[in-house]
Amino acid sequence: MTARRRAPLALAALSTVALASTACGGAGGGGGGGGGGSTDGTADSISVIMVNNPQMEDLQQLTAEHFTEETGIEVQFTVQPENDVRALIAQDFSQQAAQYDVATISNYEVPFFSENSWLAPLSDYAEQDADFAQDDILEPISAGLTGSDGEIYAEPFYGESSFLMYRTDLFEQAGLTMPEQPTWQEVADLAAQIDDPNGTRGICLRGLPGWGQVFAPLTTVVNTFGGTWFDADWNAQVNSPEFVEATQFYVDLVQQHGEAGAAQAGFTECLNAMTQGGTAMWYDATSAAGSLEAEGSPVAGSIGYAPAPVVETESAGWIYSWAWGIQAASEKQDAAWEFISWASSQEYEELVGAEIGWSSVPAGKRASTYENEEYLEVAGAFAEATEAAISSANPNDPGVQPRPAPGIQFVAIPEFADLATTISQDISSNIAGQGTVQESLDRGQEAAQAVADNYK
Amino acid sequence: MAATAPSTTAAAADAAPPRQTYRKHSKLNRPNPLWGVAAWAVGLLFATPALWMVLTSLHREVDAATNPPSLLAPLTLDGYRSFFGSSNAWPALINSATASVVSTLLVLALSIPAAYALSIRPVKRWSDVLFFLLSTRFLPIVAAVLPLYLFAVTTGALDQIGLLIALYTAMNLPIAVWMMRSFLAEVPVEMLEAAQLDGAGLIRTLRSVVAPVAMPGIAATALICFIFSWQELLLARSLTGVVAGTAPVFLTSFVTSQGLFLAQVCAAATVVSLPVLIAGFAAQDKLVQGLSLGAVK
Repeated sequence: MTARRRAPLALAALSTVALASTACGGAGGGGGGGGGGSTDGTADSISVIMVNNPQMEDLQQLTAEHFTEETGIEVQFTVQPENDVRALIAQDFSQQAAQYDVATISNYEVPFFSENSWLAPLSDYAEQDADFAQDDILEPISAGLTGSDGEIYAEPFYGESSFLMYRTDLFEQAGLTMPEQPTWQEVADLAAQIDDPNGTRGICLRGLPGWGQVFAPLTTVVNTFGGTWFDADWNAQVNSPEFVEATQFYVDLVQQHGEAGAAQAGFTECLNAMTQGGTAMWYDATSAAGSLEAEGSPVAGSIGYAPAPVVETESAGWIYSWAWGIQAASEKQDAAWEFISWASSQEYEELVGAEIGWSSVPAGKRASTYENEEYLEVAGAFAEATEAAISSANPNDPGVQPRPAPGIQFVAIPEFADLATTISQDISSNIAGQGTVQESLDRGQEAAQAVADNYK
Repeated sequence: MAATAPSTTAAAADAAPPRQTYRKHSKLNRPNPLWGVAAWAVGLLFATPALWMVLTSLHREVDAATNPPSLLAPLTLDGYRSFFGSSNAWPALINSATASVVSTLLVLALSIPAAYALSIRPVKRWSDVLFFLLSTRFLPIVAAVLPLYLFAVTTGALDQIGLLIALYTAMNLPIAVWMMRSFLAEVPVEMLEAAQLDGAGLIRTLRSVVAPVAMPGIAATALICFIFSWQELLLARSLTGVVAGTAPVFLTSFVTSQGLFLAQVCAAATVVSLPVLIAGFAAQDKLVQGLSLGAVK
């Protein structure tokens, strides 16, 4: 009786084991690395995981005809939205499971991914590949993709900084002028003067919770007010007077002269507000300019671009780039380099210009892009301001004091995403009129110190 | 998105009035027509999100993103074109079909004998066995994901459809045993005894006596297992990558933080829901019988 009772369970266990072992067999045949792109057993196929942004969609479209045809290397793409892709990449790379040979990472991940030896160093490849022209990569971009050992660990696909966009027509009507290098106080004054509470508001600033939402512009404000997340000895500075002053300034400005529903407004909402005439100024990513100046945009041609507003520092713009990294455990690093050196090349930008249109070019990474007549014809309005913003950023020294880890609008440690997202929820509530900034940052200080203690 | 699948089938089941054979047993002589109206209202309520999804899938991206929504916007098949235009669509659907069908067959092959041993010829302490089976569902799957992932990495089972089949089988087995047990318990003991008296062996009894009575139950169990496997996202998302990704994983890849995607996702979700809907309609007769059999208990 006992035996009969257990039989089904035993069977279940057996079939599980049997299936698992056939699965092992399959992977072994594929040549190690846990399956993935290795299933067909040749080095002529690599797998790439990337974030689902329009530039990546274009790349997917162009790869078969313009890369695989020339090199014989097949590329299998896995595409996911930003948060999911970060989770999947961190999972695969931390285990060195090598399901993916190449991944889109950013200057946020490179410092700690490289520290953990999850990435293959690329300096040798870049040196030996004269066509690639590593020198052409804008310095602040490549600095963000270089590890603390001086090795290059990722090559940029496109890059951005932040700047202040404003409506030149509205400024003219109101008789206002934007200073060449505005300070935050000047911006606040301009916002107050041009603000029409029933129509076009003074300025749009992100208020949506998230380390990549409200805290991207806000951290640049904190930097230039003289604040920092951590000092060089990993003491949290989140409720320091400078941090509080900067945050209070930001919250006041957006409450008094910012967009309606600011606590729920992120990049997309501000882009809509700017496009539809809902705001006179917007401080955000340089990559937004392409959409504002696109064909059919009602505000095309009437936008001016000023550098990120400052207080104590000389520049305040952030640096962000989506870049290609190769997993250290990948057995197809040569083929992977072939792919990323193509995707990050000037040649690829020209290909996109010819096949899809110059406004879709993954720009913001190479000096040569800003000398290209065809690109300037489309992007003339903002190309110079973009290049200037990127070139003036210094990811290793963005504030008034030395920092323990690189990053301008973030601190490049894995804990930062969670930490800043948690605090951002309180800041967002402050913007919505609940609680005080001091309370939010006092709570944030405790959380930040707990994180910093891991590094002491 | 996958969550809409069960509501569609629920709606289908709701919308189809129970068969006459079933109604005969009812003690009510004439059902109040108000109940019919209420049933239709509830059915419609369940169906609305799915219908809205289908409508949105036929809109252009710009119309799909407007607020308030535009009901009468022009229709287009662009969403479906972009779904089937993607080179990953068919592999994902085939992976899902493989994982769901194979695991469902395995579950049936294992759960029917188990249920037989727990109801028709109950083994000693059969209720303990049932409880043990139930207890395997106590652990939230999310708590098992990390160990499973590490296991998969070290054994090389990562991104293999076989791993998903094994996990889906294990995941659905307890439910299937419970369901099958309650269906087999419906088989009257007298019928079995009569068959024995007539000299029928075990196989003959199973085929000619048990099977006809249990068929609706088997169909219902199979469909439920199929649905659960078809729409499973958490395990598939964590344990597959380039090769073995299933349809729900592929669905999420249409979401982007830059640009519009609602119509595309709705088109993809509609396509992914169809197999379950078709299976539901095909098994409708058996299903209504089977599910209400279980419910009466």
